[in-house]
Amino acid sequence: MDFKLEELNTDILIIGGGTAGCFSAITAAEQSNFKILIVEKANIMRSGCLAAGVNAINAYIGKGETPESFVEYVKKDSEEVVREDLVYSIAKELNTVIKKIEDLGLPILKDKDGKYIQRGKRSIKINGENIKPILANAVYKHSNIKVLNKINIIDYIVKNGEVIGAIGFSLEEPKIIGIYAKVVICTTGGAAGLYKPNNPGFSRHKMWYCPFNTGAGYAMGIRAGAEMTSFEMRFIALRCKDTIAPTGTVAQGIGAKQINGKGEAYIHKYGKPTTPIRLYATLMENKNGNGPCYLKTKGITKEQEEELFKAYLNMAPAQTLKWLEHNRGPSIENIEIEGTEPYIVGGHTASGYWVDINRRTTLKGLYAAGDVAGGSPKKYVSGCFVEGKIAALSAIKEIAHKKTPKKDNKILKKYLKKIQQFFRNENSLISIEELEESMQKVMDEYAGGISQGYVINKNKLNIAEKRIDELIDLAYTLQAKDLHDLLFIHEIIDRLYVCKVLVQHLKARKETRWKCYQENYDYPKKDDKNWKKYVNSVYKSGVVKIIFRDLIGRDEFYEHSYR
Amino acid sequence: MNFMSIHIDKEKCIGCGKCIIVCPGSLIYQDNNGKAFIKYPKDCWGCTACLKQCSVQAIKYYLGLDMGGGGGYLTIKKEAEYLDWYITTKEGKTKKIRINSKEANKY
Ligand SMILES: Cc1cc2nc3c(=O)[nH]c(=O)nc-3n(C[C@H](O)[C@H](O)[C@H](O)COP(=O)(O)OP(=O)(O)OC[C@H]3O[C@@H](n4cnc5c(N)ncnc54)[C@H](O)[C@@H]3O)c2cc1C
Ligand code: SF4
Ligand code: SF4
Repeated sequence: MDFKLEELNTDILIIGGGTAGCFSAITAAEQSNFKILIVEKANIMRSGCLAAGVNAINAYIGKGETPESFVEYVKKDSEEVVREDLVYSIAKELNTVIKKIEDLGLPILKDKDGKYIQRGKRSIKINGENIKPILANAVYKHSNIKVLNKINIIDYIVKNGEVIGAIGFSLEEPKIIGIYAKVVICTTGGAAGLYKPNNPGFSRHKMWYCPFNTGAGYAMGIRAGAEMTSFEMRFIALRCKDTIAPTGTVAQGIGAKQINGKGEAYIHKYGKPTTPIRLYATLMENKNGNGPCYLKTKGITKEQEEELFKAYLNMAPAQTLKWLEHNRGPSIENIEIEGTEPYIVGGHTASGYWVDINRRTTLKGLYAAGDVAGGSPKKYVSGCFVEGKIAALSAIKEIAHKKTPKKDNKILKKYLKKIQQFFRNENSLISIEELEESMQKVMDEYAGGISQGYVINKNKLNIAEKRIDELIDLAYTLQAKDLHDLLFIHEIIDRLYVCKVLVQHLKARKETRWKCYQENYDYPKKDDKNWKKYVNSVYKSGVVKIIFRDLIGRDEFYEHSYR
Repeated sequence: MNFMSIHIDKEKCIGCGKCIIVCPGSLIYQDNNGKAFIKYPKDCWGCTACLKQCSVQAIKYYLGLDMGGGGGYLTIKKEAEYLDWYITTKEGKTKKIRINSKEANKY
């Protein structure tokens, strides 16, 4: 295939026009005159996690709560290994960004006095079906933001240890582009599709996390030598069976209890009900023959049922379709629940780039925000907004007197060669789909997927390590026949790099800190004496080097050592 | 019955291309007659973004059999600030749910 080569310049490059990316762009546009460029693999109108909508804003400082109590909650729920400084910086800004998104047009449920109606201590009720178009339209209002849709970014451009841009290709025409910028903000979201999913057949992409977020931001950072943190803290969601729709609307919205097949409430048997314990308890009930487990909704009123139909249409329409096509709504039948396959998602758990308080990564010139940034679990939509904002505000200060980096045509030519090789791999013995399934099978069976009850041990991880390395080599022999194949191949390569780092993190933490997320059979107990620390890593010349770091407290100041 | 994730009716499609633009996975393409088709049905997330864009309701959303789908489907019509959702059972019975996009959910 013949590719056009194109080089572009901008001041601020934002990779991934999702939740954090759009908010970051809007902030930078309001606070500066810099040229901002969003590059997005799909189209910012409906790309990423927010495509179908969300049904609540899950990080909010509600009545009686404070930023300090928010930090305490996140710390406890995550077994203390979090970056309290980062969580605190989010907590302090949550209500400000929520006001902003409301002003942009997001409907939030209010009482007579105009106060938000809460859904639990830290959550508010919205109509989030339209949240992504609201954000996108706000982006398009700014003349200093340019958006390039349908461009998939594959690597950073790094010069003398500094990120000065990124390389990508178009999905619409054979074109490779190199974008040079004074500063780069990575907001590509987390990684789905690493493990064999709940519905591995025809409905393989009917998963909870956005299947089009394939860990590109992590992988680019890994390959460029950025420090990553807490990959071993995987996220596994408790969801409605088959549709994998969120459960919070039912659990928090109407206060439905988790019950087992015998109709008994079971959570209390397993200790304090943190997020991972609710999942673990469900798994154990099934294992002990007490399944299936449900959210108890039988007997709710018809009005409540109608409201649930609507709430699900606004975020996970499959659930409403399932209820109505069989004429068995939640007032008649309890909702069966199950755990998903593991994801790497920095907005729910703590996996991602190791960043400082301004969301600077360990690579000069590169920021990270949203699900791709590590250290602070439970940021959700609103926390992703805050991180986008923090990154933008710091970035515009940093580049006040910076010159645009020089273009270097050699880099584009290097990537042209790499990309064309995939079209030349005519003798490839494996298909893209086979490779994807092999990766997911290896991770499922040897790195604690659904089939293993999420549990890991050293011997199995050693096999995963070896197999993932073999698959990385094989991935470069895959053949692309068109641009979409090229996208699929890069999505697999990126996920394989994430898997490689994930396996090393799982091997490194020699205790069990979080049930299900990181449950190590060789070390089945939590070991506070030795393991209240972060597991970080840096990839260099094919090897993942593990680094241990001490916990950083709420009011401590952490700085990367190179600055 | 072959349960698709989404199914595009070629007779109805006017080739406006809006569903192609908006799909977060870029899974929809145009055929030689300018009509939209889903090239990678197994990769559909089921977000229904494409259905919301289609002014002629050419797109239906089905649940796969492996998710408990039974041939019922969903279509969406936009009317000013309303989204009208139609859920039709296998037997052909349709339920309409009207949602005001300016109103917040109760739950
Ligand atoms: C189904 C679902 C329901 C949720 N419900 C709620 C809820 O009710 N309340 C709540 O508070 N939170 C909810 N969350 C969490 C919240 O939505 C996410 O944490 C948040 O949206 C993530 O924002 P982000 O910017 O990190 O990622 P995204 O918004 O997903 O943005 C990432 C963007 O990067 C793009 N991208 C990826 N790779 C590349 C590449 N290589 N090149 C270019 N672009 C790329 C993607 O297309 C996407 O647009 C939900 C999440 C999911 C998945
Ligand atoms: S439902 Fe969503 S993922 Fe599926 S084809 Fe339509 S827009 Fe794409
Ligand atoms: S939005 Fe509807 S009419 Fe337009 S191309 Fe898609 S299916 Fe055809």
